[in-house]
Amino acid sequence: MIAVRVSAELFDTGAEIAALGKDGMGAVASFTGIVRGDGGLTALTLEHYPAMTEAALRALAGEAASRWSLGGVTLVHRVGRLVPGDPIVLVACASAHRSDALEACAFLIDRLKTDAPFWKRESFADGREVWVEARTSDDAAAARWS
Amino acid sequence: MVTLLYFARVREALGTGEERIDLPDGVATVTDLADWLATRHPVFADRDRLRVAVDQVMARFDTDIRSAKEIAFFPPVTGG
Repeated sequence: MIAVRVSAELFDTGAEIAALGKDGMGAVASFTGIVRGDGGLTALTLEHYPAMTEAALRALAGEAASRWSLGGVTLVHRVGRLVPGDPIVLVACASAHRSDALEACAFLIDRLKTDAPFWKRESFADGREVWVEARTSDDAAAARWS
Repeated sequence: MVTLLYFARVREALGTGEERIDLPDGVATVTDLADWLATRHPVFADRDRLRVAVDQVMARFDTDIRSAKEIAFFPPVTGG
């Protein structure tokens, strides 16, 4: 069961994880990304490529399901304006045993950083607006799965 | 006709998110198109900071675009 959602709405991490676990798979691993408030950041605005985004996430989830033995994958990514402390992304994987769920989660969050069409713009207290630049460390993290 | 879409920094640099064009003669790959677009705006010359999707799938600069319907240019992605 693959569930993918792109939305401006706040998501409920606990409810998403509980929904994945209710089939009795044995393990659910998850990663939640939270907006960091360092450096005077007041808001993060997420732009995306609407026609492509869900298909890109579904392709990533499908790749994870083909590499590991998974009972379910949930990917939720928010768009629009977020503030420090807001959850921005959730990756959750269910499996019979912990290693499949943990490794699939790490794979998905690494590949999300390089393969999914989202862009972040940072707003700071002093009025600056800056597009977040991609990091070479993100490319390296994604490349370890290829 | 092919639809060109621009996102994030590329969209801001161009002042538009979308245009429709006829592919110029001799344009077969993303590289050919980016070379042609670079004569209109320097944002297309900086290939290290440019990514592309062809018909809504991440693509490479050597991808053949002669039958493409939608080509999107954007900076490296920063989601997650």
